[in-house]
Amino acid sequence: MSTAEKYVTGAYLVLLGSLLVYLLIIALKVGRLEQELAEVTRAAREKLGG
Amino acid sequence: MNTWLLSEHRRGPSLRFGAPLLAAAAFALLVGGFALAFYWAPEDADQGFSQKIFYVHVPIALTAYACFGWGAWKALRLLWTGERRYDLESYTAIHMGVIFGLLTLVTGSIWAKISWGQWWTWGERQLVLFLILFLFYSSYFMLRYSTDPGPRRERNSAVYALFGVVLIPVSFLAVRIAGTILHPTIFTHEGADLPWEMLVAFIVCLAGMLSLAATLYRVELTGKRIDASLRELRELFA
Repeated sequence: MSTAEKYVTGAYLVLLGSLLVYLLIIALKVGRLEQELAEVTRAAREKLGG
Repeated sequence: MNTWLLSEHRRGPSLRFGAPLLAAAAFALLVGGFALAFYWAPEDADQGFSQKIFYVHVPIALTAYACFGWGAWKALRLLWTGERRYDLESYTAIHMGVIFGLLTLVTGSIWAKISWGQWWTWGERQLVLFLILFLFYSSYFMLRYSTDPGPRRERNSAVYALFGVVLIPVSFLAVRIAGTILHPTIFTHEGADLPWEMLVAFIVCLAGMLSLAATLYRVELTGKRIDASLRELRELFA
């Protein structure tokens, strides 16, 4: 692989890597939201006596 | 209790409509665009293979400008109409802009290293102006989180977002008026200075990057709205 090819690959990998990091962040966020929703549902059930 | 926050911020387009279509379009356009760039567009006579970075760097940079512009537009809508949902929309767009801005700087530095032999140069107005724009919008978050949530924070953030957008035409015009030594200016008022195959590949990549940004914007906005709704529910049932 030539030097130019290495740099071009690096630039495209930066985009791909960022997308994967973003996907990881979103996955963690969805997990947190799911947990919080479960807590709110439990609190709502207790308050409403359901 | 911040009941003003949720009821207002929940409004707006949901993920159900548009986002899957946008994601599919982004995927198809980016894969197609990169394939065109590598297998169809000719190699640049001057820079050779390293010019292929153009198809990722420039669309990312233009997308960053578009996100900042979109954030400023939403900020203007907030100040104009007083509808609070625009605050979250403006904040999300600027958030996206900063991410794409950082990617612009990183991919630009890689291109600079292979083309000019250095990662960064302070002598290029376009680079320095983009860095100023990026740092300006990065500071937006410090301003936003230094004040308590509420109408005052929304107004201050909106005014700040609007000030920043002035830097976009300055960044574009300065390099064209003053001339440049290293950084190439492909798009002038006389048209695009590149072969049509390169232009087609570039347009497809740009459309893909804009679709990607739009998808991420919708996902991020929906996440923030759900977060806000949960905060309201927690306060209601506390």
